[in-house]
Amino acid sequence: MAETDGVQDGPAGPGEEGAPASLAVILLVSVLVVATCGLVYELLAGTLASYLLGDSVTQFSTVIGTYLFAMGVGSYLSRHVRANEIGVFVRVEILIAALGGWSAAGLFLLFPLVEDFRIALYGLVVAIGVLVGLEIPLLIRILRYRFAFRDLVSNVLTYDYIGALIASLLFPLVLVPRLGMIRTGFAFGLANVAVAIALLLVLRGRQKVGADLAAALIVLLSLVAGLAGADQIQRWSEVAFYGEPVIYARSTAYQRIVITRRGEDLRLYLNGNLQFSTRDEYRYHEALVWPVLGRVTNPREVLILGGGDGLAAREVLKDPRVAHVTLVDLDPEMTHLFRDEPTLARLNGGSLGSRRMTVVNGDAFRWVRQARGRYDAILIDFPDPTEFSLGKLYTESFYREVARLLDPAGVLTVQSTSPLVAPRSYWTVASTLEAAGLKARGYHAYVPSFGEWGFTMAAHQPPGDAVRLPAGLRFLSQASERAMFDFPPDMARRPAPVNRLDNQALVRSFAEEWGRYDG
Amino acid sequence: MTAEPTRREVLKGAAAAGAGALTLPGCTSQSFPGTLGGADWQRGHRVRDRAFPAPQGQAEDTAIVIAGGGAAGLSAAWRLKEAGFEDFVLLELEDTVGGNARSGRNAVSAYPLGAHYLPVPNREARALRHMLKGFGMIIGEEQGAPVYDPYQLCADLEERVLWRGSWQEGLYPASGLHADDVAQRDRFFREMAEYRAAVGADGKPAFAIPRAGSSTDPRFIMLDGMTFAHWLDGRGFTSPVLRAHLRYCCRDDYGTEPEHISAWAGVHYFAGRRGWAARGDGDRELTWPEGNGRLVGLMGKIVAPHVRARHSVFAAAREGDEGALVSAFDHAAGASRKWRARSVIMAMPHFVAARVAPAETVKGALRYAPWVVANVTVNRLPRGRGSSLAWDNVSTGSDSLGYVVATHQSASAGEGPTVLTWYMALSREDPAAARKLMATRLLAEWQRIVADDLLTMNPDLAGAIERIDVWRWGHAMVRPVPGFLSDPARLAAIAAKPPMLFAHSDLSGLSLFEEAHYRGVAAAESALAHLGHRYESLL
Repeated sequence: MAETDGVQDGPAGPGEEGAPASLAVILLVSVLVVATCGLVYELLAGTLASYLLGDSVTQFSTVIGTYLFAMGVGSYLSRHVRANEIGVFVRVEILIAALGGWSAAGLFLLFPLVEDFRIALYGLVVAIGVLVGLEIPLLIRILRYRFAFRDLVSNVLTYDYIGALIASLLFPLVLVPRLGMIRTGFAFGLANVAVAIALLLVLRGRQKVGADLAAALIVLLSLVAGLAGADQIQRWSEVAFYGEPVIYARSTAYQRIVITRRGEDLRLYLNGNLQFSTRDEYRYHEALVWPVLGRVTNPREVLILGGGDGLAAREVLKDPRVAHVTLVDLDPEMTHLFRDEPTLARLNGGSLGSRRMTVVNGDAFRWVRQARGRYDAILIDFPDPTEFSLGKLYTESFYREVARLLDPAGVLTVQSTSPLVAPRSYWTVASTLEAAGLKARGYHAYVPSFGEWGFTMAAHQPPGDAVRLPAGLRFLSQASERAMFDFPPDMARRPAPVNRLDNQALVRSFAEEWGRYDG
Repeated sequence: MTAEPTRREVLKGAAAAGAGALTLPGCTSQSFPGTLGGADWQRGHRVRDRAFPAPQGQAEDTAIVIAGGGAAGLSAAWRLKEAGFEDFVLLELEDTVGGNARSGRNAVSAYPLGAHYLPVPNREARALRHMLKGFGMIIGEEQGAPVYDPYQLCADLEERVLWRGSWQEGLYPASGLHADDVAQRDRFFREMAEYRAAVGADGKPAFAIPRAGSSTDPRFIMLDGMTFAHWLDGRGFTSPVLRAHLRYCCRDDYGTEPEHISAWAGVHYFAGRRGWAARGDGDRELTWPEGNGRLVGLMGKIVAPHVRARHSVFAAAREGDEGALVSAFDHAAGASRKWRARSVIMAMPHFVAARVAPAETVKGALRYAPWVVANVTVNRLPRGRGSSLAWDNVSTGSDSLGYVVATHQSASAGEGPTVLTWYMALSREDPAAARKLMATRLLAEWQRIVADDLLTMNPDLAGAIERIDVWRWGHAMVRPVPGFLSDPARLAAIAAKPPMLFAHSDLSGLSLFEEAHYRGVAAAESALAHLGHRYESLL
């Protein structure tokens, strides 16, 4: 049958004689599909690499180069396929579907786990490239009896380039913004496996396809599952969750520490929550520290609860009156990281390694109960009360212990979430400090990374207006300091419950107010 | 779309888990380090068999002998000390006092072996409140009501329940309920609130804690004539979700199925508590890492000089009207000894008292529920979909009663290692059969049951279990079955006059710390009156 087409430029393919006409159509469509898929995987790898590793020019360049070279290797290897080209082609499709489909999800999940991410990345690029390189030569050989050679080359390459165009337009305009990288991978894996299954169904009458079909169905199922669970995968692979390239990620016994960098902007995330951005952390930390130190006549002993990044300590140590700082942070890995990692230690001016600094790694909830010291200033900088375990650190019982540690003339402050987003939660901190027998006073500052942010100052005597600020601050001046104590009506004080160990009112109102804000 | 959960559906998971407890499931093949402990059965059975040599030599003279160092015996001893009375000894069979409230400790945390919390006591629990004040657990007064130390009240989140694959706050499933489930639930709790407020013709509350303060109005006492399940059926409380919750409650407080407990006891669970505290803390609980081990520990410290541990009291008998003789075997010395006392407080379960002092007891039908408690040391905290970790964590799909987290009170930090105390009332089978099973099952089998149940609730704990210590209570709780209010053994023991007195929570029919405390205090005051020692009653 094939002979009647008058194609004379190759030996007769024994397998192709009985092929139904539909096969040619499916094969030509599959050229379009595999071309699109091939380019999508290449773009995914390039984008992912620049996203995760930074320096997009280098990443794209090396990924594309490696990928094209691997395709060449695949084309070369195609000569070793001597029989049953169509069967091999189907298997190649199934493999590409599995590897390409899972590539984005896999790389995201792998990133925090593997020692050298580049090995995983380029290994995958090479594997997919080799397989994609096999596709076109095999297709040309399969189709060689259906078309004149002139038409065949023209047809295949036309569809190949159209596929490339489709991919390169879809990828930045639709796929990444709408589907995201993880879903894109799965969707195109599905296209590959669909080609394989369509071919297998056509071939069913002529050769044994049972095992291949089973394999294709398994891959199909895994891709559908992946597509359905893409959100979950996204959550697992928090790397995909951050907007910036991740330069450090580590799970400690207590939390997930992630540091990202884009240009000059370094950010710290704990359990996915932004702790600071180097662009504006000075605003936050000046507002946390100086209103307190500026109200204490002689702050010799300072206690910092939380604040394992050492940034608050950096501000405190600028004050020559401070003789000694005690910093209590739960996570030793956190304080070691910010003490020993040069980039990070530069951010906090080496505060954690200072001779005036004592770092205690322990649970502050337990520590304050057995502590015996007297402190002139206490800075409480815990993560937001997103869960009950953190909510305990904002309770009346906790503040009673803290009040016991505060010198009669001392002043303390508490980072207390946003008075704009969560006014009830914000003022709960003041109510609670007052219930613990202290006089509280709220103030707030604008920190672009966080928005309008609140602090609550408290002392045994009502904290006054007079404040002494050192020279050289970037955010606080006498005028801007005074302005922080002014609350416009939308943030003004309102009735708020006392947060107690046995009601955890703050955790509940915090979840409610931020839930409403986040929609 | 909400599908109606059928009773079968609700019970299916539970039944599967229950079957698991009796047959041997095979999912967890890993073995764990751990120990298998329990009340000292050998010493206990020697009392049963009276396999002790006769006491030699002179009897020691003492005013009062307290036989038994559980919550009731310690409460009696505490009461004597509180009255400035020193002439007494407390004989305890085990190596340490504390009874069902004993606790253990490892490198990670202290943990309970049995009883693990005390609800904020009712207004009528005067003696108990007096003691809690002395222990610094009540720190003041606001508007006349006691203020409890916030560190000792259970911190939020108190409870969560695993329901249809996700954790919810509280113990009652809140989502996916059929309209009828909701209506029955609301009606049930409304009726219970009415009972809670109800007062009998005698002016006493219908249901009080201590139980002795309850009304004897036949309107309420008649509830003791039927089973709780029967009463629920009659009142049209058939919602499977409600019934599953009530079953959990009955097993949790009585170790017994709703089909077996009396309706009086079933209602008492919901209508007896009127905790009295300032700051709206009346419905809260006092708890500690070691559970009620904290309470018996503090009592034990106060009365320590009077305690003689490792002493099996095997005979107690009246000697004339004015005194009694008590014989005990001293396991350390390997010899029996004798005390002559002017009063004896039998602070032991009634089935033991009946062996030790047969002439002083009347035959009754008091029976006891067996329990297994496992302390599971894990290297990270449990998590799960939905609500975050609570102190008490219960699954609707399990036949166990869930687990409490030992470090809930003492730490804020998120992950650390902790000890989970896992509870299981062996209520499905006849108590005697269950005890036989307890005596023969190997540690590894228990561990497998515990691990399978825990990992079904919290698959996230896979690989986190470091050790499982199993503790068996053959007679953990008295079973308040129908008729227990008029049980002759109970009534005779309550009515006993000096010199022979009885003190145990089983005399209230309710295995609660408040009841043990009340019985101990009441017996101690009765003994003090008998001896002519002046005191001001705390009751």
